[in-house]
Amino acid sequence: MKRTGLLNKLWEFQNKFGYISDNAIAQIAQKLSVSKIEIEGVVSFYHFFHRQPTGKYIIYLNNSIVAEFKGFQEIKAAFEKETGCTFGCYGENPLFTLFETSCIGLSDQEPAALINFFPFTNLTPEKVKTIIQQLKNGNSLRFISSNPTSKIQYLPPEDKTIFYRKYEMGIALKKLKNHTPDEVLNLISAANLEGRGGAFFPTAKKWKSSKESSTSKKYIICNADEGEPGTFKDKSLLNNLSGLVIEGMIVAAYISGAANGFIYLRAEYMYLLEKIENTLREFQENNLLGNDILGIPKFNFNIQIQVGAGAYICGEESALIESLEGKRGEARIKKYYPTEYGYLGCSTIVNNVETFAMAARIIELGIHFISTIGTKESKGTKVLSISGDVAKPGIYEIEWGMTVKEILHLCQATSPHFVQISGPSGICINNTEFDRKICKEDLICAGSIMVFNNFRSITKILENYTKFFKEESCGVCTPCRAGNQILHEKIKKIKKGICTSKDLEEIKEWGKIIKLTSRCGLGQFSANTLIMALDKFEGYFNQKIIKTNENLNVEFDMEAAVYNYDSLIKDTQ
Amino acid sequence: MKNSSFKIDGRVCTAETGSNLIEAAKQNGIFIPTLCHFKHLDPLGTCRVCTVKLNGRDIAGCTVRVADGMEIEVNTPELLDTRKAIIEMMFVEGNHFCPSCEKSGDCQMQNLGYETGIKYTRFPHLFIDRITDARPERIVVNQNRCIKCKRCIEEVKTFDGYKVFYSINKGNKTLVSIDYEQEAKLSELQAVRAMHICPTGSILVKGKSFSKPFGDRQFDAITEEKSMSLNPVKKQRATTKKKIVATTSLAGCFGCHMSMLDIDLGILDLFEVIEFNKTPITDIKNFTKHCDIGLIEGGCSNTQNIEVLREFRKNCDILVSVGECAIWGGLPAMRNTFSLEECLRESYLDSMTSEENETIIPNHEDIPKILNNVYANHEIVKIDYHIPGCPPDANYIWNVVKNILFQEEYSIAHPKYKYD
Repeated sequence: MKRTGLLNKLWEFQNKFGYISDNAIAQIAQKLSVSKIEIEGVVSFYHFFHRQPTGKYIIYLNNSIVAEFKGFQEIKAAFEKETGCTFGCYGENPLFTLFETSCIGLSDQEPAALINFFPFTNLTPEKVKTIIQQLKNGNSLRFISSNPTSKIQYLPPEDKTIFYRKYEMGIALKKLKNHTPDEVLNLISAANLEGRGGAFFPTAKKWKSSKESSTSKKYIICNADEGEPGTFKDKSLLNNLSGLVIEGMIVAAYISGAANGFIYLRAEYMYLLEKIENTLREFQENNLLGNDILGIPKFNFNIQIQVGAGAYICGEESALIESLEGKRGEARIKKYYPTEYGYLGCSTIVNNVETFAMAARIIELGIHFISTIGTKESKGTKVLSISGDVAKPGIYEIEWGMTVKEILHLCQATSPHFVQISGPSGICINNTEFDRKICKEDLICAGSIMVFNNFRSITKILENYTKFFKEESCGVCTPCRAGNQILHEKIKKIKKGICTSKDLEEIKEWGKIIKLTSRCGLGQFSANTLIMALDKFEGYFNQKIIKTNENLNVEFDMEAAVYNYDSLIKDTQ
Repeated sequence: MKNSSFKIDGRVCTAETGSNLIEAAKQNGIFIPTLCHFKHLDPLGTCRVCTVKLNGRDIAGCTVRVADGMEIEVNTPELLDTRKAIIEMMFVEGNHFCPSCEKSGDCQMQNLGYETGIKYTRFPHLFIDRITDARPERIVVNQNRCIKCKRCIEEVKTFDGYKVFYSINKGNKTLVSIDYEQEAKLSELQAVRAMHICPTGSILVKGKSFSKPFGDRQFDAITEEKSMSLNPVKKQRATTKKKIVATTSLAGCFGCHMSMLDIDLGILDLFEVIEFNKTPITDIKNFTKHCDIGLIEGGCSNTQNIEVLREFRKNCDILVSVGECAIWGGLPAMRNTFSLEECLRESYLDSMTSEENETIIPNHEDIPKILNNVYANHEIVKIDYHIPGCPPDANYIWNVVKNILFQEEYSIAHPKYKYD
């Protein structure tokens, strides 16, 4: 057994026994010749691995902010009532174990849960009752689960649609044959393709760097660990156009010379596994994967799927690579780009699902087609996942340059007030900014738009975000690990109504420190929305703060401070 | 070997190309503080204390390899504050009770606290319950003090190459845990080395943690020129109006008051310039006039503490927190990692000396209520100054007081500046 196979091995145990026992850890540790604590460390990093026996059905209920506003608490109570179990507790029932989990990529169908990784969407307490009853009766999950497909709500006119147009296998690849890798790279470069995961790093530059690298092996990794709350566009692309994504990977391999590729699929999308595997098989059968692809001598490329195990940070490319190597998904220090030193030390291209799909379309449709669409700096279209207080949540393919207002109109947002662009680590905008355009020149968007109307508590939104970051930080560097906990304490203060303008100033100052000193993107962006919201929703926060400050006393919640004592004395009389 | 020329804070420095910035700066006489960087280790980049600016961008210094033409900023006011903030984060994230720590005086983190001049932390203490694991053969792992720097993970290995420490969990629950099986293979020498590698008191070796007495430790050294005596002040101040001082002890041990008395005969000089009002030293129970300065020992553990503290705030122009307990709760705050119920049950119901089947926790309307946590004074009222120490040295306390009251020149000598 190799270390790189560790995650799969752990999944084997998890799936077979419902947990990973001491015995299993000892066994694996012995096989890998590492200490047990090292395996324990990996197991405990991923929240879909359990160290204690679980029930036959493990229920993961999403606690993202969209879910919270759509009735998460109610559904949580319903699950607890129907199963008689408590969330987060083991060993209460041989049938069920309940856990909360961060966004599962079904924001358009919240509240949603995964039961043994089968999706259950648009839950209501009644629905929960039926589901639990059916499971108790032994019904098959496969038949009672919901369809996770996100509705495609909007496409540009046909001559401007890029992603969701007709697709048949090999549509891009058949054009490869007439071009040298350099020519293909030039095409990508001319189309100005930039990483669609959110960093918008020039794809051609990345691929060129890998092409020029001299490591003995090279890898292509498709980052399908779409963990940013409110984002489900990669799920939709993989669901509808997995072939296109794979073609994009093959294009990248053609350029860089990589012989192996991975699709790092988040475990939350396990239900897509079969579909993608089938597509891969078809590609192999049609000589689009394997050896001498398209009859081009020595063009060998194979793709494997690696299922993640529940860790938001693994969407960060270096953490993803670590995870793929069978380690804890901790972000590496930024000494090298993955194209210089990536998977197992080899040059590795890591790109988002959408980036690969777009690359394939560029090859297929040609540069002239692409360059007429979009804005000067952002060419083509963008796939957006829209959720929250809108009548039509789902997938929107928009031409770059569309205004927020137009988008809100399309999705029929009801009195939008707080709009989150690119998820919690992105930015928030208020209603004075709805004329801004979604494009590089103005408001860049990684793929998620969450709309909240003016009845939604901004404090609740921010608390949900901060709690998420606090739990999903990889825990390696101080500012991100400790800082997000500290910010969470501040938000609790706002919630209690004992916050002063000084507290708000401190949030900004502290947030800035976390931002400047964190090791990877998670910490660098975690405080972003919080800091921005304080300025953009000044009126709201002005109402939240206490202004009088008699005798230089600091605001203190005396009632809460003596509550425990009072109730204890009452109980022990 | 090629040398590179680069600039640190505008000063031209040279070092071998590609060498680690922390080491390169050291060669050029510039100190960049760090807690995770460890000699030959590939930069861990975990603690972030060494944050510097490279060509205008913030970056962990230990991850920088020097090259020609680099412009590095190290000691700008902004960076000094950033680094201080990160160390403060470590102090609030863990439970660092310096006065009761075996490593005190040998602790690199504590020393950096002194170096960066942390008097109190701007952040609220988190007080998360963490375990101390004494099950291993030789080592005790105290999670309260671990800063997750990963030095031990990379450095401590058995003879056959197995790791002894490793991170478990993630996010705010991340811990560095120990493998019992592998730990048992360590020789005593290896275990002691692990203890030394740890920049805090998280890894201790049973029976070895006090091998060097307090006072003689790495960061305890008192150099003659640094220590200073109480300046005679009466000559300069005899004519000015006496300043009025009040003191009190809240949830403290009166140790700080004992320390105040430790100036011995110096107190006679002191009386030339100050006059006591409400204080246990004179036994004046109530404020009879408005005071210039109030010295508070101890934090707030019950409702009476809060009342007294607020009264002090009302009656004193300047309030000073004296000692660890006043600054952040100190030893009484050890209870903050437990629930109040656990604490009271342990003391009154389930203790070895309590009556069989005791059910009543002493209470009366005249007895102050106990708060759910011990609070730092600055969480209740505005505190103007903080004097750290457990207890702070007598001369140090009064020098600071005189410095505040009379604007007398006084710089704090490092050895006086202590958390323990």
